Amino acid sequence: MKVGIVKEIRPGERRVAVTPETVAKLSKLGFEVLIESGAGEAAAFSDGEYEKAGAQIRADTKSVWAANIVLKVQPPESHPTLGCHEAELLQPGATLISFIWPHKNKELVERLRARGATVLAMDQIPRISRAQKMDALSSMANIAGYRAVIEAASFFGRFFTGQMTAAGKVPPAKVLVIGAGVAGLSAIGAARGLGAVVRAFDTRPAVREQVSSMGADFLEVKIEEDGSGEGGYAREMSPAFIAAEMALFEAQARDVDIIITTALIPGKPAPQLLTEKTVELMRPGSVIVDLAAEAGGNCALTQPGSVITHKGVTIIGYVDMPSRLAPTASALYGNNLVHLLADMGGAKSWHIDEADEVVRGALILLEGKLMWPPPKPATPPPHDANAVKKPAPRASSSSVPALPAIKAAGHGGKGGKESGHGVQRISGRSQTIALSVVGVVLLGLGAVAPPAFLAHFTVFVLSCFVGWQVVWNVTPALHTPLMSVTNAISGIIVLGGMLKIAHSDKPVVIGLGVAAVLLAAINIAGGFLVTQRMLRMFQK
Amino acid sequence: MSSLPLYSSWLLASASASGSALANLSTVAYLLAGVLFVLSLGGLSAQDSARRGNLLGTIGMLIAVGITTVVGAGGYGPLGAALLGGGLIGAVLAARVAMTSMPELVAILHSFVGLAAVLVGIASYLDPGELLSPVEARIHEVEIFVGVFIGAITFTGSLIAFGKLRGQIRSKPLLLPGRHYLNLAMLAVTVFLGMRFVGAPTLAAQNELLIMTGLAGVLGIHLVMAIGGADMPVVVSMLNSYSGWAAAAAGFMLNNDLLIITGALVGSSGAILSYIMCRAMNRSIANVIFGGFGADEGAAPAKRDKDGKDGKDQKVQSVTAADTADLMREAKSVIVVPGYGMAVAHAQYPLYEVAQILRSRGCSVRFAIHPVAGRLPGHMNVLLAEAKVPYDIVLEMDEINADFPETDVVLVIGANDIVNPGALDDAASPIYGMPVLEVWKAKTCVVMKRSMASGYAGVENPLFFHPATRMLFGDAKKNVDAILDALRQKNSQPPAE
Repeated sequence: MKVGIVKEIRPGERRVAVTPETVAKLSKLGFEVLIESGAGEAAAFSDGEYEKAGAQIRADTKSVWAANIVLKVQPPESHPTLGCHEAELLQPGATLISFIWPHKNKELVERLRARGATVLAMDQIPRISRAQKMDALSSMANIAGYRAVIEAASFFGRFFTGQMTAAGKVPPAKVLVIGAGVAGLSAIGAARGLGAVVRAFDTRPAVREQVSSMGADFLEVKIEEDGSGEGGYAREMSPAFIAAEMALFEAQARDVDIIITTALIPGKPAPQLLTEKTVELMRPGSVIVDLAAEAGGNCALTQPGSVITHKGVTIIGYVDMPSRLAPTASALYGNNLVHLLADMGGAKSWHIDEADEVVRGALILLEGKLMWPPPKPATPPPHDANAVKKPAPRASSSSVPALPAIKAAGHGGKGGKESGHGVQRISGRSQTIALSVVGVVLLGLGAVAPPAFLAHFTVFVLSCFVGWQVVWNVTPALHTPLMSVTNAISGIIVLGGMLKIAHSDKPVVIGLGVAAVLLAAINIAGGFLVTQRMLRMFQK
Repeated sequence: MSSLPLYSSWLLASASASGSALANLSTVAYLLAGVLFVLSLGGLSAQDSARRGNLLGTIGMLIAVGITTVVGAGGYGPLGAALLGGGLIGAVLAARVAMTSMPELVAILHSFVGLAAVLVGIASYLDPGELLSPVEARIHEVEIFVGVFIGAITFTGSLIAFGKLRGQIRSKPLLLPGRHYLNLAMLAVTVFLGMRFVGAPTLAAQNELLIMTGLAGVLGIHLVMAIGGADMPVVVSMLNSYSGWAAAAAGFMLNNDLLIITGALVGSSGAILSYIMCRAMNRSIANVIFGGFGADEGAAPAKRDKDGKDGKDQKVQSVTAADTADLMREAKSVIVVPGYGMAVAHAQYPLYEVAQILRSRGCSVRFAIHPVAGRLPGHMNVLLAEAKVPYDIVLEMDEINADFPETDVVLVIGANDIVNPGALDDAASPIYGMPVLEVWKAKTCVVMKRSMASGYAGVENPLFFHPATRMLFGDAKKNVDAILDALRQKNSQPPAE
């Protein structure tokens, strides 16, 4: 099975789909690797290194495209020297894996479809925990965030870190990061590493913990609104919220030296967060890096692809941040590809498994058949776009899918990602259905049961709810004491035995009652005392 | 809100029926006890309020028992003997039990509640108290039947859980052929007996009740036998929930609201706790309860390891206690991952001394607790607390997992499945998908283990062959002691820098 890696032809693109290191991994998976001569040059990987790692170097572009699987970074486009579209170089029945951006490139998808190709889009890998190792968007966003800080530093005329020197005091730079996704968190880390004072803002309250774990202050507006949307992205906020947000940015603009914006809403132009007026509030010499430039920019003045200066404020609108760190970007992207190929069976048992959620998500075309968009997976339900509601009180941070992002960014990850949602955000409709079913059953019961039973039943149901509410918040460290206390409390069955002893004159019944009381009393005394013993040990 | 008038009207009705001020008093006292129990459970959800929570629960129980004694009026001799005797036995048990045996204690106590519920149910059948209308009698019988059924399952199930936790019963799940059908058949017979029982005239259906009790007992045994040892924490918590439902059922049959309230509280909180735990293991409740997990002894992945020697050679690198001590002396950050092995060896005391020495050298030492480490949820926290490890350096998986890549040395003590990288990347592994502590990301990971045997879930662990892993074989306590000695000796010499 041959895997071909072609040289990227988009002007300015320095990345390459594999590095010598990933070539070795691909060979280990059983693939025969063909690389176009000079493919890694811009990322500082020579043909010689690739050859040493086990690849075959081909000077002829077409022969590389003839492989069974073609790996690329950028979507196929018109080839400047061969005079044809790259899509036409792909063999019928062959597989292409690269960024595709099918929303924007309908015409390209059509071309590939006509070719009878199988196409997997790295930009469509679902953002679930299992797919983190293949999540190229996260790995690229991580790089973009880092590079944004480096670019800002090169245009910023002062130190990032504060210093007291014999020649005088230098204040630390203040950096504001807007949007704490992968790129934002990575930018926070990089700016902190350089010694800056970093603040961050995000509409999703659940990322607060991640922000502070990276060492930044989390800014917030005084309106409670949860901006968590589908798949860990943010969603659009209400006008009132946006007004408050703008006021916050204006206040911050007077104070900070560098603003890095990373706010994106999937399928929509980037939200405009920094107006011309906000930019003019910044001190001359300040820098804005707009990582959303490609989607229209978070700053009104951003020129995508270039750097401009407006009243002394530099606005960086580069759209090729990952390519500016080509060796690392290539290495991470290459690893994402290797993980995907390994998951798809390697060379020996290569197959497109439609039942695999990750493969299905990324699959655009299967032998010329349009497979995109995939059927909706069971992702967390998106919030109603306009409803202003309070965030769920227990929206525990560990249940927010923005987390896979951090993990991909190399900071480890948290467990139990997709879980929590089901219970804590039961969608309105299914709750209504469940409630009506319960209602009907209760009415039926009410029609036949005597009032005394119903009174008990009321108490019973309400108590269940109380127990449920009370226990949800327990910290795992206290599970054992909690269990032994509930155990002691369930010794309340002692009352049953006591009542039997008191109200009966049959010796058998009294005997049974005494035995029950004895057992329950062991339980009560044992349970409470052992809990007390345990709790006495817990200390700060 | 509509339930309130209903409830209060019933309160009035029951008060006027008894016609005495004492009955009113007992109703109010029961209400008070119920409120105290709720506050008790609420208090137990946070460290700061936990002790007060336990106290409130105790007070609630004293009020409940006290008022029932006063109002009940009668049978003081045997009652007092049973209460005092039971209380004494319980107190001795509580004082004597080793913290490592907590899971067993909790399991056996559950079985007591189950048995008590069975006894109360049978007694209640033999002597239904005041005469009831036919409809009420029918409902009363259903309540008895259900209560005894749940009680019996709780009783025998807890006994089996106790045996498994003590190691007296094989922890591997017992999987009879067609076990689901067997359970269904037992359930069907129970329902059939139930129908005969409820229809029968007073005291004529004793046999049905007793046969059902036996059957439910067998069902309890069979259900828990089919569950593997690694799932015992969830099982204990489920049995906790059952014991609550049994108490609630007893409350229905005795017309006692406090029993209902308390039973429902315990039942629902136990169920939630089980759910929380299952979520931590990335498994469904049904998957755990209907058992069979870990039955294949990890055959598939283990075998693959043997044949799959193509690329990497599966070499285990072992290390001595002295080397481990040196590693730790040079480390700036250490994370300790305790598992059941630490509990068994009682290694938590010397371990904390090791931690203290390292901390005094300026090294950051923290403890990472997996949600299902040990045999009871929160088991490790209790043991570390026993050794006086301050709880602010004991962190949960979610809090600490991100820190492993920046950690110099990770010390895994008697843990296995919770640090198995196969859970993340080996789809063939039975524990695939369970979040684990990513210890292999640290610079060095020292794994203390008695031998190369696989863990409770019976799954091979690729961590042992990881290039960053060093195996320290032997008894955990002896090894930690040896590390402690080495550290003490070296520490008396001036530090290198």
